[in-house]
Amino acid sequence: MAEKEKLTIVVFSGELDRALAAFIVATTGASMGMDTTMFFTFWGLNIIKKNEGGIRSKGLMRKMLNFMNRGGSKRLKLSRFHMLGLGTWMMKRLMKESNVPSIEEFIIMAKQMGVKMVPCSTTCGVMGLEQDSFLSEVESIAGAAFFLNEARQSGVTLFI
Amino acid sequence: MKADHSLDCVGLYCPMPIVKTAEKIKELKPGEVLEVVADDKGIKQDMPAWCQTTGHEFVGVEEEGGEIKVYVRKKRG
Repeated sequence: MAEKEKLTIVVFSGELDRALAAFIVATTGASMGMDTTMFFTFWGLNIIKKNEGGIRSKGLMRKMLNFMNRGGSKRLKLSRFHMLGLGTWMMKRLMKESNVPSIEEFIIMAKQMGVKMVPCSTTCGVMGLEQDSFLSEVESIAGAAFFLNEARQSGVTLFI
Repeated sequence: MKADHSLDCVGLYCPMPIVKTAEKIKELKPGEVLEVVADDKGIKQDMPAWCQTTGHEFVGVEEEGGEIKVYVRKKRG
């Protein structure tokens, strides 16, 4: 292998199932020696928000948004069959029974494997999110130019 | 097949066997063979693919009952 291959994933969605797909591909890419970046934008930011702590965003509308859209990997719902939490609870249980890591575990694992998890600056601005809204495993906030610079060097780019 | 190291991945689904293999192979000396024991059928396709990308050598696969054993030789240099 000459140069290190790159994998870039845009994580736009904030559901448990889609997050799982993104992290499976990301950690596998890192295992294959690929330089892997996950660029989190819009609802995807919910995946990497802190599970604990209050709502810190400023202004009524942003406070309301982040109250309704609390985020945190433990609060993610299934994109289908959430069923007021029952479906999601069952899926999490099945995942656990099958020894599939939780999203919390995947985030730590991805970090240890050198996967870069980057929040999108525009969405952070619009939603009133700061660096300290996110887990410590998360890299510095960056913009579309950062993403495109990664993506144009990547053999594989996914939008989830 | 004879192996220098063994890794138990029984009960684990994709991507864990590959993630653990990538971690374990760091402990091996070049030329040594790692045996990965798994029961997720995907490993039969995944391990050769992982080897193709990483440059390690896929030595072979053995199957007994529901247990799958795949063998990887660590690349030199």
